Amino acid sequence: MLALFYIFIGVAIGVSFWQLTRIMNLRGTIATDKDNATQGKIALAFMAFFYAIMIYCLIFMNVLMLPESASIEGEHDDNLFNITFWLIGIVQFIMQFLIFYFTFKYRGKKENKAKFFADSHKLEIIWTIIPAVVLVLLIGYGLWQWNTVMDLSDDDDSIVIEVYARQFDWQARYAGEDNTLGLGNVNFIKGINSIGVDMNDENSQDDKPVRELYLPKGKKVHFKFRSQDVLHSAYMPHFRAQMNCVPGMVTEFGFTPKYTTAEMRQQSEVVAKTAVINKVRKAKGEDPYEFDYLLLCNKICGASHYNMQMKITVVEQAEYDKWIAEQPTLATIIK
Amino acid sequence: MSDHHHKETFVTKYIFSQDHKMISKQFLVTGMIMGIIGVFMSMLFRMQIAWPEESFSIIEAFLGPHQTDGVMNPDMYLALVTIHGTIMVFFVLTAGLSGTFSNLLIPLQIGARDMASGFLNMLSYWLFFISSALMVISLFVEAGPASAGWTIYPPLSALPQAIPGSGAGMTLWLVSMAIFIASSLIGSLNYIVTIFNLRTKGMKMTRLPLTMWAFFITAIIGVVSFPVLLSAALLLIFDRSFGTSFYLSDIFISGEVLHYQGGSPVLFEHLFWFLGHPEVYIVLLPALGITSEIISTNSRKPIFGYRAMILSIIAIAFLSTIVWGHHMFISGMNPFLGSVFTFTTLLIAIPSAVKAFNYITTLWKGNLQLNPAMLFSIGLVSTFVTGGLTGLVLGDSALDIAIHDTYFVVAHFHLVMGVSAIFGMYAGIYHWFPKMYGKMMNKTLGYWHFWITIICAYGVFWPMHFIGLAGLPRRYYSNTAFPMFDDLADVNVVITIFALIGGLSQIIFIANFFISIYRGKKAPQNPWNSNTIEWTTPVEHIHGNWPGKIPEVHRWAYDYSKRVDPEDDDSDYLHGQDFVMQTTPLLDGEEPS
Repeated sequence: MLALFYIFIGVAIGVSFWQLTRIMNLRGTIATDKDNATQGKIALAFMAFFYAIMIYCLIFMNVLMLPESASIEGEHDDNLFNITFWLIGIVQFIMQFLIFYFTFKYRGKKENKAKFFADSHKLEIIWTIIPAVVLVLLIGYGLWQWNTVMDLSDDDDSIVIEVYARQFDWQARYAGEDNTLGLGNVNFIKGINSIGVDMNDENSQDDKPVRELYLPKGKKVHFKFRSQDVLHSAYMPHFRAQMNCVPGMVTEFGFTPKYTTAEMRQQSEVVAKTAVINKVRKAKGEDPYEFDYLLLCNKICGASHYNMQMKITVVEQAEYDKWIAEQPTLATIIK
Repeated sequence: MSDHHHKETFVTKYIFSQDHKMISKQFLVTGMIMGIIGVFMSMLFRMQIAWPEESFSIIEAFLGPHQTDGVMNPDMYLALVTIHGTIMVFFVLTAGLSGTFSNLLIPLQIGARDMASGFLNMLSYWLFFISSALMVISLFVEAGPASAGWTIYPPLSALPQAIPGSGAGMTLWLVSMAIFIASSLIGSLNYIVTIFNLRTKGMKMTRLPLTMWAFFITAIIGVVSFPVLLSAALLLIFDRSFGTSFYLSDIFISGEVLHYQGGSPVLFEHLFWFLGHPEVYIVLLPALGITSEIISTNSRKPIFGYRAMILSIIAIAFLSTIVWGHHMFISGMNPFLGSVFTFTTLLIAIPSAVKAFNYITTLWKGNLQLNPAMLFSIGLVSTFVTGGLTGLVLGDSALDIAIHDTYFVVAHFHLVMGVSAIFGMYAGIYHWFPKMYGKMMNKTLGYWHFWITIICAYGVFWPMHFIGLAGLPRRYYSNTAFPMFDDLADVNVVITIFALIGGLSQIIFIANFFISIYRGKKAPQNPWNSNTIEWTTPVEHIHGNWPGKIPEVHRWAYDYSKRVDPEDDDSDYLHGQDFVMQTTPLLDGEEPS
């Protein structure tokens, strides 16, 4: 069967080569006015096609995109993204129109003469200055937002959590009552002490290791990231948060959850997206999906990179207090 | 110069040739073969993405031990992605593009008999050939080729315990790249020296065609940044084989603590991207140079803003060396550095915008000869704009956090450097094929090739932006582990179908290329009525390029459609035709443009 398939492919290639050589014997090599006319029209048709898929994707793929930011810090990200996207969208539509319309409009004809137009300082200055001004505004907003997000200095009040990466799973450690993490190093990894916490450090005793993240709504979370083997990246797309986990150093990121998981499930964009997903899943005969925040690995880290995740649940403060109280401390786990 | 000194044998003419025209053909054909391998790999892994874990006999046939019943293994998926990136960026778009056209055009367009050093030029090709061969050999290593991504970040690339591809496959990768860098440096130095010293009489720097400016600046960027990658690779070789700790520290893997202390993977990222980002422009600038030349010639108009074009090439080159950190916003480096890199990154949009506007103005009121080369150049402007604009999103550190390493990035850089540079390369091949082989390529096949390719390019990469905005990370073997991405399955199927058609349609080009070499129509001396002096050489290649004296140059390269009265578009052509070759002396009272 397979042999037949290969013979078929061989014959098909042979026939197409034969046909190609025939085309090549017949046709010319340099564009004539007729070619210019045909290609100009095709350029116009292509422009229509291109606009169609651009607009189609913009409208119908909207539902696929991430819902609004679930962190307070991410609100400005969404804003900045929308501004940038509108801007580049408009520029894109204008520029593509000019490119393909000019291709059609100025298609060559024997009787036409091109305009000798080599320079115009006025025009060039205009299109240097305008992008420069627009960019200064974008950069200004972007840098302000970047500095806000990355500034973790004034958060005595925040919850400190260590996120710990290895091939191929995530673990986490809450800082406990003192809100200070005990020291960690790979040399301490042994048996049940799987993330290498120094148990001689006083701060370690009340730390709480967990396999799933619970975060209280409205309170700033200060993440510290470690990795024991290769680079990983802690990607929490719904919170507009991401930071690499680097062996040998501690990296940091912070955000404030804005909606609980339950609230997010009611959010209109999430409802729409979940409906689409469940339609797909139903067709495949799989269980329905329910929205959950996730932490994904987003830096190539080995064979099971594609399946390295941890669930994040955002709850009200009271529920969080109850949950954290139930978690055992390291001192009780590691004797 | 030395045309009749010794008799040429087959070996000196076709294999160890020191003639720049033959070397450029060697680069082109080697680049094309590597390109076929690279594109084929992308078709294989696109099939896995669209139809995860389904069995394909083609995968069974090609992947040997790295598949199970026609389904590729996750390790092999990563290996394919890695080698696809490496081959396309370095072997096709750096060596295949720059190597081919710098070698072919630099002596011909500046009026030189050959490169400054024919021997080094030959050496450059053969080093490239050895490095290509090593890269291909690495595909057959038992544990599989390098699979840590084309950026080969340690520790993943340093530890065979972390991924099997980091064993012998990675060693071959590093050796291959080291040789590749040597080849690239030798080539670049040769290009710079040649352009500086061997210009013919009258060929001032301000009369050089924009292709020459682009190749010249590209060579300078290469000389500045490639050595840094070489040192990065050497340090990685030390870490892997001699127990040093430049990039590694505090590692626990396979149940034991390794001895490495005090190194940092972030150092590698800095070194890698110090080349890695300029590399984008090493790939792109030659394509833009080729496009400038082809758009001007086929519009029958001077390129708009010649000086602005040169200045923007220089500005892009300068800025490109101080923006590497935008690949590292979330690497854990100091956020203040992130601010600096955001600033410099977005600045690069200004010269890029100037270039795009200048191309469009060159089309305006032209008399466009829509040859296949011209269509590919117009296509380049289109994909360069589409891909460049999304750079404004990714270059902004605050936005990058949310979409770093997703498919949005994949779509962005494929359009702006992948597709654009490939289009530039195709444009160059269609345009200078008569110069390379003395034959013409078929235009009908060229048209089919162009339209299918651009439709497929947008069919693949436009929807890809949206699955990136859905948060789907790149380099996932499959996304079945995440129900939240289930709604992207259909889009991925569409993308893969476009990718398969687009990949297969390149056969049209390959057929056109090889059949034209043997059966193409004989080329006239100046088929596109172009101004530049490579079209004054005879169609049959000779050593030394020009049979007699090298012609003298009297004007810039863009006197297309020059009029008697510059203010009056209806007046007659000053020289009686719509092009004036650079070798034509100024008429009495003619103002140089």
